[in-house]
Amino acid sequence: MTTTVSPPPAEAPGRRRTRRRTTDRGFNRVFRWIAVGAGVLILAVLAAVALFLLQQAWPALTAGEDELASAVPRFPDDTSLLEYVGPLVFGTLLAAALALAIATPLAMGIALFISHYAPRRLSQLLGYLVDLLAAVPSVIYGLWGIYVLGPAVQPVWAWLNEYVGWFPLFAGPVSPTSRVLATVSVVLAVMILPIITAVAREVFLQTPKLHEEAALALGATRWEVVRTAVLPFGRSGVISAAMLGLGRALGETMAVLMILSPGFLYSFRILDSSQHQTIAAYIAADFPEASGLAVNTLIATGLVLFVITLAVNMAARAIVARRKEFSGAN
Amino acid sequence: MSATAPTTPTTDAADSTARTRALLTAADPRRRRTDRTMQVLIWAAFAVAMAPLVSLMWTVVSSGIGRISMDFLSLSMRNIFGGDPNGGIYHAIMGTLIITGLATLISVPIGVLTAIYLVEYGKGALARAVTFFVDVMTGIPSIVAGLFAISLFTLILGPGVRMGLIGAVALSVLMIPVVVRSCEEMLKLVPNELREAAYALGVPKWLTIIKVVLRTSVAGLTTGILLAVARVIGETAPLLVTVGVTDSINFDPFEGRMMTLPVFAYRQYSQGVAPCPGGESASCVADIAIQNAWGAALVLIVIVLALNLIGRLVNRWFSPKLR
Repeated sequence: MTTTVSPPPAEAPGRRRTRRRTTDRGFNRVFRWIAVGAGVLILAVLAAVALFLLQQAWPALTAGEDELASAVPRFPDDTSLLEYVGPLVFGTLLAAALALAIATPLAMGIALFISHYAPRRLSQLLGYLVDLLAAVPSVIYGLWGIYVLGPAVQPVWAWLNEYVGWFPLFAGPVSPTSRVLATVSVVLAVMILPIITAVAREVFLQTPKLHEEAALALGATRWEVVRTAVLPFGRSGVISAAMLGLGRALGETMAVLMILSPGFLYSFRILDSSQHQTIAAYIAADFPEASGLAVNTLIATGLVLFVITLAVNMAARAIVARRKEFSGAN
Repeated sequence: MSATAPTTPTTDAADSTARTRALLTAADPRRRRTDRTMQVLIWAAFAVAMAPLVSLMWTVVSSGIGRISMDFLSLSMRNIFGGDPNGGIYHAIMGTLIITGLATLISVPIGVLTAIYLVEYGKGALARAVTFFVDVMTGIPSIVAGLFAISLFTLILGPGVRMGLIGAVALSVLMIPVVVRSCEEMLKLVPNELREAAYALGVPKWLTIIKVVLRTSVAGLTTGILLAVARVIGETAPLLVTVGVTDSINFDPFEGRMMTLPVFAYRQYSQGVAPCPGGESASCVADIAIQNAWGAALVLIVIVLALNLIGRLVNRWFSPKLR
């Protein structure tokens, strides 16, 4: 079965890679072009997303301040488009950063649990369970966040405010409705857990067995094996996993839209309502009723979101790609 | 399990091993404590992650089950206002199925062919670019996909246009990268010996791909596609901006607004409590909209979980036993 297959001698045996060249005619060629075409189409779609967004956002980008103020309902007077998008970008970044701060340590724990702590037999099943969190539609997370999680965490927020209130994030009045950025961040953290866990798990499983065994042979406890062999090996993988999660959290719409009571401020008071709004939720809230220049303005804010997530995702993927080349496994 | 647990000695050698081990571990209790603490923390992390899943499933089932009935599944919301407890989600179920089906029709050929390109033909800069940008595309926010689709169709058909097809295009932008990713993994699993055997018999490459590679991996491809469908079927935001909402049944994705399950759940939720002037009665239930939202959520989650389960089972039962 494993005899070395030599290329068919009948066709130009002198050249390497003769197989593809010599048989690449007729339907072979057609099929290859179809496949290549599909690949190119994907690149074209991504380019089209950028182009069409830019094209539709252009009127808003070039319109004057007065024009925007009269056409867009929530547009305050005497502000440029940039000043207008500013608080939205701030809210988006703050919510995503908080979600990431909650989710990353948790996801690393879960990934370690599945890869190194859980009984071998169960680990695949547990992986499925975590993946199920990713399958739940975001609108259901919204319902759950507002009716179950919100009331449940309200006392926690009140406690935080009372005892850790000197910390700027927990300062200010606590909203009794719990429709605040802190609750949103917790829901976002749950939503991005699966993707971070999945990537981190893969990386941890790739830790060279020899490194782990060497650590064990030196008398390391299980945690010391993890700390000295698994975590250093997986560091860049975890970083890129976290960035993928960040990308997800930045673009999440429905959970934010349903839970958060919106405001348009540069505010760090995450326990107070009517302080923040994210770009995605803002678009979803206003788009159905918008018309004319307001649509263009919303698409312009969408373009900003697109650029931010694109940058985050490209950075994450670049880290993953670099890790592949210089991974310690080979 | 842990290296610190002393084993019962049966022979002298085992006895001395156990003593050495006990000596080693007793020498530094702090290390053992750290080890224990971290173990507890890591188990706790998993428990913490399971808490929302269990709570969420329980809430959806317990809040939604009361609303499920034959009427709820087979009627639309046409001419249903206020606290009227009649009506149902038939129009939303059909809308979801039609739009998701259309999105699948668009995404699957493109996705599978791209995966074939990457695995069978892909070399050089183009393949690297496609791989990279497929990964990047996975991270496009769903609302941006919706905005793209609506921009595209605004350009073609003029402003204010809403129809199912636009939603399908938006969903396929989200779906294609998922399909490519999973199909690529599946095609890579096909052993090279099979391809070489086909070539040795003089089968041309395209026929090898169709008859050998795709045949071998069909179960895996089905799984990948089903999981991709499960991922987009719950998307709300892109449909909210592209398809709009309606209370009536609309089977035509090329004309007029359509309702979908996630959007229905959101709309009912945002309607809030209905006013009942004569107090609550059989014809006026104040929180009927919330109940409708939970009912739709339950149906949606059942569909999603069924797709996930079928996907995994297809792969387990029908994939060829390699090696």
